[in-house]
Amino acid sequence: MFELRKDIFADERDDNLKEIGKGTQRQDMLGHVTATSTYFNDHKLQGMLHLKVLRSPHSHARLRRIDLAEAERMPGVRRILRGADVPRNLNTLLSLINFGLDDEPTLAVDKVRYKGEPIVAVVADSEREAFEAMGKIRVDYEPLPAVFDVEEAVKPGAPVVNETYPKNTFTFHEKYDHQKLRFGDVERAFAASDHVLEQRYQMSPIEHAPTETNGSIAAPDTNGRYVVYTSTQALFFSLDTSAKILDVPSNKLHFIGGTVGGGFGGKVDTLTEPLAILGAMLTGRPVRYMFGREEEMQFGSPRGAERIFIKDGIRRDGRIMARQVRGYFDSGAYTRLSSYAVIKCVAHIPGPYTIPNVHADVFCVYTNRVPATAMRGFGVTAMDFALECQMDKLAHLVGMDPMEFRILNAYRDGDMKAHRRVAKNTALIECVQVAAEKAKWTLRDEFKRASSLRDGGGKRAEIPPTPRDPGAMAARPVTPAQQRTSYDRGLTPPEPSRAPPTPAPPPPAAAPASSHGATRFSSVFGRRR
Amino acid sequence: MAKTALQFRHNDREVAVFVDGGTSLLTALRDSVGDHSPKFGCGQGGCGACTVLIDGEAHLSCLTLAETVEGRAIQTADGLKNGAALHPLQAAFMENFAAQCGYCTPGMLMAAKALLDHNPQPTRQDVIDGIAGNICRCTGYEPIINAILAAAAGGGARRA
Repeated sequence: MFELRKDIFADERDDNLKEIGKGTQRQDMLGHVTATSTYFNDHKLQGMLHLKVLRSPHSHARLRRIDLAEAERMPGVRRILRGADVPRNLNTLLSLINFGLDDEPTLAVDKVRYKGEPIVAVVADSEREAFEAMGKIRVDYEPLPAVFDVEEAVKPGAPVVNETYPKNTFTFHEKYDHQKLRFGDVERAFAASDHVLEQRYQMSPIEHAPTETNGSIAAPDTNGRYVVYTSTQALFFSLDTSAKILDVPSNKLHFIGGTVGGGFGGKVDTLTEPLAILGAMLTGRPVRYMFGREEEMQFGSPRGAERIFIKDGIRRDGRIMARQVRGYFDSGAYTRLSSYAVIKCVAHIPGPYTIPNVHADVFCVYTNRVPATAMRGFGVTAMDFALECQMDKLAHLVGMDPMEFRILNAYRDGDMKAHRRVAKNTALIECVQVAAEKAKWTLRDEFKRASSLRDGGGKRAEIPPTPRDPGAMAARPVTPAQQRTSYDRGLTPPEPSRAPPTPAPPPPAAAPASSHGATRFSSVFGRRR
Repeated sequence: MAKTALQFRHNDREVAVFVDGGTSLLTALRDSVGDHSPKFGCGQGGCGACTVLIDGEAHLSCLTLAETVEGRAIQTADGLKNGAALHPLQAAFMENFAAQCGYCTPGMLMAAKALLDHNPQPTRQDVIDGIAGNICRCTGYEPIINAILAAAAGGGARRA
């Protein structure tokens, strides 16, 4: 168990906190209302140059030839950067924790893999001169077939988006083309269920659209160091990423940030710092690289699109007996953080419910779309959208009230989760009860009396026998057709079953031994450590 | 490039700058005057982060040609304070937690000031209409609306 060393700084710590229920002013509020909070773009440095990138108009194309001759002669141009100028022109963001292969160039060299991929950076005296020079760059593209749909991308013969992952899927645990979860036997449980419901869900990409666009200003400092004012949400992550790409020790970089004009996940990708610093290195001048609004909206990485198939087996009394999930996360052309989104997602399946048989396969798929990244709960948000839509449909299918249906299936303290961890500090039942009360939604007495602290554990704490996959990589056919439900059609629901639900079998004498605290678990690597 | 000389009042002081042809008022204020309180959010009149007052009217400084403000009076969020004292709107924004990232705040304050200067006792709908051109992506509109109403109730329309 992790314990705080309270003896350190004991005289500076007040454990007698009474903060809940009263307002506490933000430290930065006075700066915000006086308009004196300093964002990265509020630094104006002597002799500052401006960097703009030429972006691909094609979603997938080979770069046959790049002609800079005319652009280099344009007024105000100080330097034009190409992929060959970038010391380590291949990176993946999570390489800092040794997760995934380097798969993304800072400036494209041989081909472009999404519309808007940076190819050449122009450093000029003014933004206008940078734009005018960019108009004189000649690039000879050879357009290639592109793939924009996750299921098309994983079919044999699909165009290879990213040669680092030739099957168009991220490689998990160094061998699997997806992240998987196995708990019990869903096929047997489907056969024994009264109803089976299979549905397809699709979440669109979402742009964060922060009011301040992505950007940074890099300037030569003394002692061969570079100071970087940046909009990043992740200061040291961006510092380390820049140090890796530029192949300099991280103590050569001094990052100053912290005041961010809205991020929401869209400012962790270190999109501008490496080129701004490289520009400063090669010109000896401060260099500013800030996205325009169009760049931010079209090429700033969005929340990834996800396609999710859920198949549930349910008993007439409302207990869900099996849940099978198959998900395809659209990573776009490069990995960024989508691999991690998949790990998070699978750790969340089957949602906050005790289901004795769970089976999940989730893929991180490459397509010729703008690379996706973090955004507020990414990996879980879309899955929850799908799971909770599914819960409403299931409740309708068995004629139960959707709130009561959730209470019936909610996990309780002592239950075994599909990840073979014992559920503790659960509170879904209480959340639903409060939500129902606030919404003036009538719950029947037995559901008002239900508690997360009772009726858990016992048989619900058992790990069921789990068959091994016949072949580790066996592809399962996807059911293409959406199963229609009366919920979809708005038909009259079946006659509600008013029989009292059976939330839990009687608990046996001994509670199962918990391994909590004995080992720590790395959610990214899926290994105990 | 030939520069144009330009003189105008900036927060009750006369300033003179040189600008390139086509320069926006936003760029002139930030780069030439050195007032960083109006923010660049979109450069196309979509977000309101650059809102300033020109002769008392709210304008989008990113869409205003700098040369058109010759001889006119510009007010920005940087000039809202009266000495060390906060403007009632600023105090109300603080008390009502009406800022998160703070990037939209200068524009919100100026849109609110334009509203209260013309309509000292606005309805809630008047406030909603008054800041309709200003985007807050942290989606803190409710506290902002409450702050503006609080400033109005407490005499926020009085010029600080």
